[in-house]
This record gives sequence, C-alpha cells and structure tokens, in this order.
Amino acid sequence: MTTTTLPPGKKTEPVSAPKNGITDRARSERKLGWLLAGPAFAVMLLVTAYPIVQATYESLFDYRLTDPENRSFVGLTNYWVILTDSLWWQSIGVTAFITVVTVAVELVLGFGLALVMVKALRALRPVLRAAILIPYAVITVVSAFAWQFAFDINSGFVNSWFTWLPGVSENTDWFGDRWTALLVICLAEIWKTTPFISLLLLAGLAQVPEVLQEAAKVDGATRWQRMWRVTIPNMKAAIMVALLFRTLDAFRVFDTIFIMTNGANGTESVSFLAYRQTIARLEIGLGSAVSVLLFLCVVAIAFSFIKLFKVDLAQARGE
Amino acid sequence: MPYAAGRTEPGTRATTIRPAARRRPGRPVAAAAALLVTAGTLAACGGDGGGASTLTWYINPDAGGQAEIAARCTEAADGRYTIETALLPRDAASQREQLIRRLAANDASIDLMSLDPPFIPEFAQAGFLAPVPEDVAERVAEDVVESAVEGSTWDGELVAVPFWANTQVLWYRKSVAEAAGLNMDEPVTWEQIVQAAEETGTLVGAQGARAESLTVWFNALIESAGGSIITDASPEDPAQIELGLTSEAGRRAAEVMKMVAESDAAGPAFSTSNEDSSATGLESENGGFNVNYPFVYPRALGAVEAGTMDPSVPEDYAAAIFPRVNEDEPAAPPYGGINLGVGAFSESPELAYEAAECIVSDENQAYYFVTNGNPASATSVYDDPEVLEAFPMAPVIQESLELAAPRPQTPYYNEISVGIQRAYHPPSGVDPGQTGEAATELIKAVLAKEDLL
Repeated sequence: MTTTTLPPGKKTEPVSAPKNGITDRARSERKLGWLLAGPAFAVMLLVTAYPIVQATYESLFDYRLTDPENRSFVGLTNYWVILTDSLWWQSIGVTAFITVVTVAVELVLGFGLALVMVKALRALRPVLRAAILIPYAVITVVSAFAWQFAFDINSGFVNSWFTWLPGVSENTDWFGDRWTALLVICLAEIWKTTPFISLLLLAGLAQVPEVLQEAAKVDGATRWQRMWRVTIPNMKAAIMVALLFRTLDAFRVFDTIFIMTNGANGTESVSFLAYRQTIARLEIGLGSAVSVLLFLCVVAIAFSFIKLFKVDLAQARGE
Repeated sequence: MPYAAGRTEPGTRATTIRPAARRRPGRPVAAAAALLVTAGTLAACGGDGGGASTLTWYINPDAGGQAEIAARCTEAADGRYTIETALLPRDAASQREQLIRRLAANDASIDLMSLDPPFIPEFAQAGFLAPVPEDVAERVAEDVVESAVEGSTWDGELVAVPFWANTQVLWYRKSVAEAAGLNMDEPVTWEQIVQAAEETGTLVGAQGARAESLTVWFNALIESAGGSIITDASPEDPAQIELGLTSEAGRRAAEVMKMVAESDAAGPAFSTSNEDSSATGLESENGGFNVNYPFVYPRALGAVEAGTMDPSVPEDYAAAIFPRVNEDEPAAPPYGGINLGVGAFSESPELAYEAAECIVSDENQAYYFVTNGNPASATSVYDDPEVLEAFPMAPVIQESLELAAPRPQTPYYNEISVGIQRAYHPPSGVDPGQTGEAATELIKAVLAKEDLL
C-alpha cells in the first residue's frame, strides 16, 4: 500500500437495505431534492438549453443578420466549411495551448497558495485569503487592460524593468509576435484565475482527515511523504473538480485576447472565431455552427474528465 | 448601464421590493440592488415615456463636442425636440456592431446616429436608414466637400447627412525635414520620407496594427497608385465582386507598405501601432514624420496645456499633403469622418432630420473643428477666421479632402476590410508578388461563404 486514504465506507450498501433499493426515506429525500433543485433547474433550462437549441437550429441555415429575407436551409454545410478551414484548426491549437499551459501552471501555484492559506497563522488568515482572492474579483477586461498597459512598448514598465532578462529589451514588442503575445495572454489568465483554483483546493485540503496525518507522522513519514502519500491522494476528487472547472473555463478564453491582440498574429481562440463570424460578420448561421462546435468541445472535455479520470462530483461535495 | 439606470425612478421601485427585503434581513441591500438593475435594464429596453419630442443621438466618443452641439440644437429647437446623446464604443468596428444589432431588432430608440462612412452602404442596403427627404438632401449636400457627399451616398442616392469629414495629412517635424534637406513645399514620396527619417535617425509613423486603420492606409496607397481595392462592386451578387489587389497598383501599394515597415524608420512596434501610438511617436524625441488625422495637433497643444509637453514640440509641427506612392501621380489621402444617419425605426424621422440639419450647420461644424479638431465637411467653414487661427493647417486639410478617396463602398465592407487586415498583416511580412493574390482568394472565398474570417 503506497497511499493512505479512508475506505469508501459510505458507498457500500447497508446489509438491511430492501431488495428494490429504495426506502421510503430515500424516496421522500429524493422528492425534497427535486423540490429544492427544481426551480433552479427550470431557470437553467430557460437560460441555457433554449439558446443552445436555438443556436443548433440556426447553424443549419445560411443566415445573415442584415438580410433575413434570403435565409435558406443549408443542412450541415456550415460545419463542413468550418472543419475544412485551416483557421479553425489553428484556433483549436491556440485554445488548447492556452488551456494546457494556464491550467498546469495554475494547478501548481494554486496548490501552493492553498497550502499557505491553510498553514497561515489564524490572525493572518482572513487578510491572506482576501489578498489572494483580489485578482479573481477583478473584471477580466480590466485585468487584460492592466496587463496590456504593463507590457505596452510606449507606456509599459516591463520593458524598462526587465531588460536584465535574456530576450527582453527596451524595444521588445510583446504583442507583435505570436509567442510573446501568447505568453502575456497566459500570464494575465494565470494571474486572474489562480485564486479560483486555490479556493477549490483549499476546500479539498480541509477535507483531508487529521487522523491520517497523525498516523503517518507516528509511522515516521517525512513532510514530503505525507504530502504525496496522504494529502494529495485524499484530495484527488477536489483536484479533479478544480481541474475540470478551470479547463472548461480556459477553453472559452476570449476577453484577454480581444483586448490585447484582437486576434492578430495567430492568437485567435475558438470563442474569438465564433465572435468574428456571428457579431462582426453577422453570419448568424456560420457563427452558430462555430459556437455549437465549441460547445461540443466543452462537452467532450467534461465527459472525458468524468469518465476517463473517474471524477466523482458527489464525492467532492463531501457526501 | 449607468445611463439607463439614471432614468428609472428609484422611489417607486423601492416600494415594490420592500416585502422581500423584510423576509430576509441579511440581504436587503443585495436584493434591492439586483431588482434595481433589472428594473433599470427593462426601462431602457422599453424606451422612455418622455413623448415623441425626445431624440436619442448615438454618438462616437469625442472630446465632448457632440454633446455640446446636442445641447445647442435642443435650445435652438425651442421645445420642439430635445436631443439626448448615448455613447457608442470607442472603435468604429464596435460602433457598427452595436448599432447593427440594435437595428436588426427594430430598435425605435435610435433616432440619430453618428456613422463611420464605410459602413453606410451596409446600413442603407439593409433598410436601416430612414429615407432622406428630397428638400433636406438638397440642402445638406450644398457646398460640401465632394468626398463627404460621396461617403453619404449609396446606389446613387444620398442616404445620410454629411457632418464632418476627416482626412489624413503628413505631419512632420520642421526641424527634421530641414536637417534632412527635404523640401516640404513640393509633394514628397514615401521613399523620400523614409530616407529622410533614416538619415536623421527619426521615425516614420503609420498605422501597421491589425485593425481598420490598416485598411485605411492600404486603401490610400492603392488609390494613390491609381488603383482600387474594388473594381466592380456588383451589389446584386456579392460573390461576383471584382477586386483590384493583383493589379499593378495593388502590387505597388504592397511594395510601399513593406518598404516602410521594414525600414529602420518604422520603429520597433510598427505591427501594433495605431493612430494614437504613432502620434506618440511623433511627440517623442525621435519623432520625424507621421501620417495621421488632424487630431494630432490639438492633442499636442492639450499636452502642453497640461504641462506634460514642451511648447517647442507643437511649434515644430507642420502638415503637408499625404505622401505620394509614385512621384508623378497625386496622392489619394484617406477619407473618414462621421455622417449622420436617421434610424429607420425612429418614431419621429422628420424631427430627426430637422435636428440633423441643425447639427451640421456651418456654425456647429466650425465649433466642432476648433474645439475637437474634427474638420468640417462644409467648404465655407474653411474661410472662418476663427478656424484658421485655431488650425493654421486648415487649408492643407481642405486640399487633402478634395484629393481624398473613400474606402470601397459595399454592403460587405466588413468582409473586405477584415480580409485585407488578415492578408496584409504584419506589413513587414507582405510579399508584393503574392499577397494580393492570397487576399483576393481569401476575400472571394469569404464572400461566397466558403471560408471563415
């Protein structure tokens, strides 16, 4: 046995459970559950399912907003146009790159910050938590502007403060090259959303039973061993939920790119592509098809997280 | 939406939410705030009940001139109408997006709108502009610079009211031109100013960022070389539009673009430079030349007034006609500005046209020119002594407006412009032999809805 976790005691059926699986109590609990969640569910259907269905329907048409009379049914043509266009695949690549880089860095940083918040002195804890949370409270557009101004060649301070770094000079045009632009975009995203991931991980850290830590200590485990063998295995569910939420979020990146480069130099993400077709070109059909494909990507990510990594959302809730 | 929220009556709304607040003592502020926001939004959507005499004018951000003109015309109207202004986003593309989405939803709150000329054909073709009454059309096109009338016309008819007409001139530092031995009284070419800047170690500023301003620059270059982006607009079937990008003029325009972007005079951030950052370049100690709008001058004067710039800098400024592409062909500077459209769903289009005529009066145009640096479209304003005093370079601007060539006029302007931005950015990566062809292919495929943009 290399890791120490609590046995999944609550998951096993009690011996006295009735054969058909549902007790009266379970049934009434289920009913109460529906009553409590029902209104929220109905609202979700209204504000989420309805637009998704409408977008899917419109994606089958050739429909320009300024020319509604010439709307015509074209079947899956829009999807064919998108999937055979190199711009789509380039955007997928950029989006995947930003997602992988930001989520990986955020996970490590967020875990560090969560540990700091847990271990901090009781008196310092509220101040520390507030300080760590501030970037998350900043509106994305504002944070994008702040980072853009910092790296701007005319008004930014980065070019004069960091000239000692290799590759940085007074004349470095951060937004004029694809990779430097993506670097700044990733930095802004990481700065802004690390607090979110660290909050979720903090909740996970709090769930690790102190008894296991003490038992490991008694057995002579080092700090490092306790981290890898006790803490992390016990918060696997919390880590997976944090990763899932952030990945879904990161895959829809838009604001930062819109502000910083407006998609120039090959920095367009999939959401940006959807914006270009729907809002700028007014091609509702083509744009809806991009949105539907983006939605399918997000569903695929969520599905693979839940099935492949076996993330149990219920366990993360502490059931 | 602070503007919309300001129109609700907090007193009446507050009474409706009080019971909810009492039930949950911890949340009254949040609940009240949420309800107020919702109420404010709903009120804005429903339009205000102030009667037909309130006209809403959607304006592009400026230095406060349009709001002042709105107030002046409201006063002059003597109670017949009140003009309220509503602010649009900063850049022209976002202004178009917001207006077009509202108009597609038959928004009756849009009475007047400040329109960037290249988008006017799209609005007119979609039926978003109320027809201009004949007598108004006659009056507002009289004694107006040719490019502004052309920019307000679609399919042979005046569809908008010319307001102010913008053009780019070649701003330069007198000291730099002198040091390089360049005679600015004669027309200069792009090669000459780049060479002069390289000799003196100064900058040539232009708009190399991937934005509308890149299309503006490219259009001026190709028009100066005697060509056009669109050679046949073909309004019936957009896929049949003929482009002139692969012509000799198109190749020459690409050559000049590449030459400027690759020279030492372009500066380190040329591929992200826009109107503002290139004006900043002219203000800096290695400022030399800058093709830009007239706002450059009041901007420098403003900085002197604020104490952030030495008075010697604007004193060193001078303006000349846009540089030539070919030595023996006159330049075709960019044309821009703002024309006024009346919303097709406005409840009082007659009053809106009356207001539009007041807004574009010579007096208001002169005021706007002097205070905001936005040149008039009415020719008589250029004889106004007050204008000449505030803008010593007004005659250059007037001459430039007469030479100016509008951007391609087509309802599919956005596709053309964004296609050009994609193909010709970064300017240093342009290949004069191939970029024209690649851009033509891209734009044609996009118009045929076979490609993404």
